Amino acid sequence: MLNRRPLCHLRAALLALAGAFACVPAAVAQGDDKTLQEIERYRQALLEGNPAELVAMRGEELWKTPRGPAKASLEKCDLGLGPGVVKGAYAQLPRYFADADQVMDFEARLVHCMVTLQGFDRAAAVKSPFSGAGQRQTEIEAITAFVVEQSRGMPIAVPQSHPKERDAFERGKRLFYMRSGPYDFACSTCHGVDNQRIRLQDLPNFERVPPAQRAFSTWPAYRVSQGALRTMQWRLNDCFRQQRWPEPVFISQGTIDLITFLGVKAAGGKMDSPAIKR
Amino acid sequence: MKTTILVSAAAVALAACATYSPPSDQETMAVIKSSFRDRGQAKVDRLNQTELQKVCTETGNNPPKDVRERLEKAALAGVRYPADGKWLGDYKLGERIAQTGVGMQWSDQAGAAAGGNCYACHELSKAEISYGNIGPSLNNYGKLRGYSDDIKKYTWAKIWNTHSFNACSSMPRFGDAGILTEDQIRHVMALLLDPQSPVNK
Repeated sequence: MLNRRPLCHLRAALLALAGAFACVPAAVAQGDDKTLQEIERYRQALLEGNPAELVAMRGEELWKTPRGPAKASLEKCDLGLGPGVVKGAYAQLPRYFADADQVMDFEARLVHCMVTLQGFDRAAAVKSPFSGAGQRQTEIEAITAFVVEQSRGMPIAVPQSHPKERDAFERGKRLFYMRSGPYDFACSTCHGVDNQRIRLQDLPNFERVPPAQRAFSTWPAYRVSQGALRTMQWRLNDCFRQQRWPEPVFISQGTIDLITFLGVKAAGGKMDSPAIKR
Repeated sequence: MKTTILVSAAAVALAACATYSPPSDQETMAVIKSSFRDRGQAKVDRLNQTELQKVCTETGNNPPKDVRERLEKAALAGVRYPADGKWLGDYKLGERIAQTGVGMQWSDQAGAAAGGNCYACHELSKAEISYGNIGPSLNNYGKLRGYSDDIKKYTWAKIWNTHSFNACSSMPRFGDAGILTEDQIRHVMALLLDPQSPVNK
């Protein structure tokens, strides 16, 4: 890590204080009251109407409508709490599923149900999971918005009882700290130190519980800058892009492992998703 | 008799501990590598760690002194200094490079000029208030350190390969990894070390 001068520590402490009150981008704590006021006004305005609600409504319809070659709805999909139980399910994922003999995050489990219950072709289902700029949200994104909404207020409880769940955590931890690629970046380069920022963007430190909880509980989120709801798989994908790594394969074991690691670190946080972010 | 009881108690305790063993390093790396794919210029061979990346990963960026010194020496030995001895370019172009974050992502065009993205992590010119804090502030970099040839040589090496002075630094190797060209580094040098640069005003 780069060395910091004592002054930076003081500044970091001041910034943490500012962050605790308003969660505003930290640099505005340098005395620019007007900027601070404006950002706060912007945040309030965002809270008044989260477009994710519309995405979730479409997701609910997709969940309940008989679709696919089998003309089945997803209402019998077992997200870990029993077939058809959606309430609170997202807060306890990723988890081990005996029928697939694998640890799955929500998006992996959704694809599993689309294939096994509705008869969709797996390769086609995973081909374009994320909507492009200006495009309609994908079905996976819409359904994810609906399901995660049903965990709002529930404590994050990613299970660690099955050996494969522990394996996922261990591999995810390894991946989190792995420095690689032409820029030598690991996830932990940005997300393993307190009060770090890229430009004005706060970076949650997953080594500490409160920031890990704040981050994990607010994904998926509606990104105002992109005009789209983004899922956790997308979040990892865009981090690895900026890390100058190759592309993580959608719902690959490595991505599920990393989400398991992050989720366990965030245990006890209350889900508050879909959130709305800049 | 007593020994037997103790031994069997120990065996039970051991068995309880041994019920779970984490995946081996080899298994873990195999899963990680199979979870990524080539996209654009970002190929899966980027997951093959260099010795330095491996050491920094495995020691939590804090290798033992002898290893650290060996890595730093090797990094410094690999620094290529400007052949014509010209350290400084144009600070205005340096500012532009410091503001730009593109380069080597799968979303970037291969071979197109990359940025240094200095402001992502450092404060430089006071006029730019949107700066990160992963690295130290570089405002008044030259004013505080002076404009001597020694400082210029040190700064060049730091930008070329940061590991020359801090084995597990978070900063990218802008020269060594081929992120910035020699000319671009000259411009960034000017941003830091030209007395007329806004960084030193």
